[in-house]
Amino acid sequence: MDMIKIEWLTKSYKDVTAVDKLSLNVEKGELFALLGVNGAGKTTTIKTLCCLCPADSGKAEIGGFDVFGQSAEVKKIIGVSPQETAVAKNLSVYENLVLMGGVHGFSKEKSRQTAEELIGKFKLDKIRDKQAKKLSGGWQRRLSIAMALVSDPQVLFLDEPTLGLDVIARSELWDVIKALKGRITIILTTHYLEEAESLSDRVGVMKSGKLLFCGTSEELISSTGADSFEDAFIKTVKEETV
Amino acid sequence: MKMTAFSSRVTKEILRDPLTLIFGIGFPVILLLLLTAIQSNAPVEIFKLETLTPGVAVFGFSFLTLFSAQLIAGDRASAMLQRLFTTPLSAFDFIAGYLLPLFPMAVAQCIICFVTAIILGLEFTTDVLMTMLILLPSALFFIGLGLLCGTVLNEKAVGGLCGALLTNLTAFTSGAWFDLAMVGGGFKKVCDLLPFSHSVNIGRAALAGNYSDIFPDMFWVIGYMLAVFIAAIILFTRKMKSC
Repeated sequence: MDMIKIEWLTKSYKDVTAVDKLSLNVEKGELFALLGVNGAGKTTTIKTLCCLCPADSGKAEIGGFDVFGQSAEVKKIIGVSPQETAVAKNLSVYENLVLMGGVHGFSKEKSRQTAEELIGKFKLDKIRDKQAKKLSGGWQRRLSIAMALVSDPQVLFLDEPTLGLDVIARSELWDVIKALKGRITIILTTHYLEEAESLSDRVGVMKSGKLLFCGTSEELISSTGADSFEDAFIKTVKEETV
Repeated sequence: MKMTAFSSRVTKEILRDPLTLIFGIGFPVILLLLLTAIQSNAPVEIFKLETLTPGVAVFGFSFLTLFSAQLIAGDRASAMLQRLFTTPLSAFDFIAGYLLPLFPMAVAQCIICFVTAIILGLEFTTDVLMTMLILLPSALFFIGLGLLCGTVLNEKAVGGLCGALLTNLTAFTSGAWFDLAMVGGGFKKVCDLLPFSHSVNIGRAALAGNYSDIFPDMFWVIGYMLAVFIAAIILFTRKMKSC
């Protein structure tokens, strides 16, 4: 069953086409990685799907709801961890999680209960009462993902979740993302190719707003005749004249 | 519930960054003390506590504009607001969520200003309480103006426009420090078109017990207040849908 359906989605900024006639389906429970160099259109695609900006043309559905006509319904079933770490800096870890429950309309009791559960799941116990601004980048990212999961979303958008993290922090976040696989449909954007190869069920390669390739990492390697996933990606992006 | 959760977060953010809070509340008190000291050495009609206090209270509200604009512009600059835009919060929830914690701050600012004036010699009557109540629409206007500015301007522009320009505009066109009629002409006409002098006039009329004199000034203030809030909600809704 398709959880996300995108048909001919186009989004332009003045004379730049950020997303160009994108068509894509993502199955329920699938982890789909969107890859591409800077300016490929990955973040714009995510922003459009998260109801943050309207498309110029095309259709998009999440969980059967029209992203542009039923945004209120879509917002109830999605969770988003934006590219920049999006936490309330003066609030503690616990308060950030309770806030997310509250803004989704949870009762105080349910918000607190959910926050406690996520603190346990994400091993945030030690930093529970620490203000978010005092956390390291890795912990802030971990909190950011936990916040996106407060509403128990059916679809989770992770926009470059490990950007700027050290190897250990990245590895720990990979474990967190792996634990979510299968239960939640995840759209992940990343510049780290090993991350996409390790975590995703399928990958999509974008360049100048166009989807150049869509399939498994093995399919990408075999379709290009490259020796590695990285070479296959580079070959796809370099050889394609958009 | 959604709005109160957001409002509670804004309250915590304000209380945990107390410098602006202390400045916003403390500056009018310092002004009142200084100008009263001047008045005791060189008496000036406009610096009498009955005339001065409503002017200082209104001038103090202009810091609320800076404060609320900084709050909303700061949130816009961070990805936190982008995250919140993907939740079921509406534009009204956001604006009300910002307003609710700022309103008690305006009330506290007003109370502290008048209590200071009473300590300095202003006679405490029921008119003082009524004046504080009657000045609340002005406080709402200043907060709404901040929310509007914070919605359309970035953090840097907010500092310049709401910090330097608006506080000076309030100071010069409100009639708090000098009689606008003495300048007269085009300047007075411009001042009459702006809400600042009307806010001060309302306060002075109420403090003198002349409640019938608060109109038509009150209509100007309420009109401006409604205009800034409607504009803030419309523009915030647009911001939520544009990336």
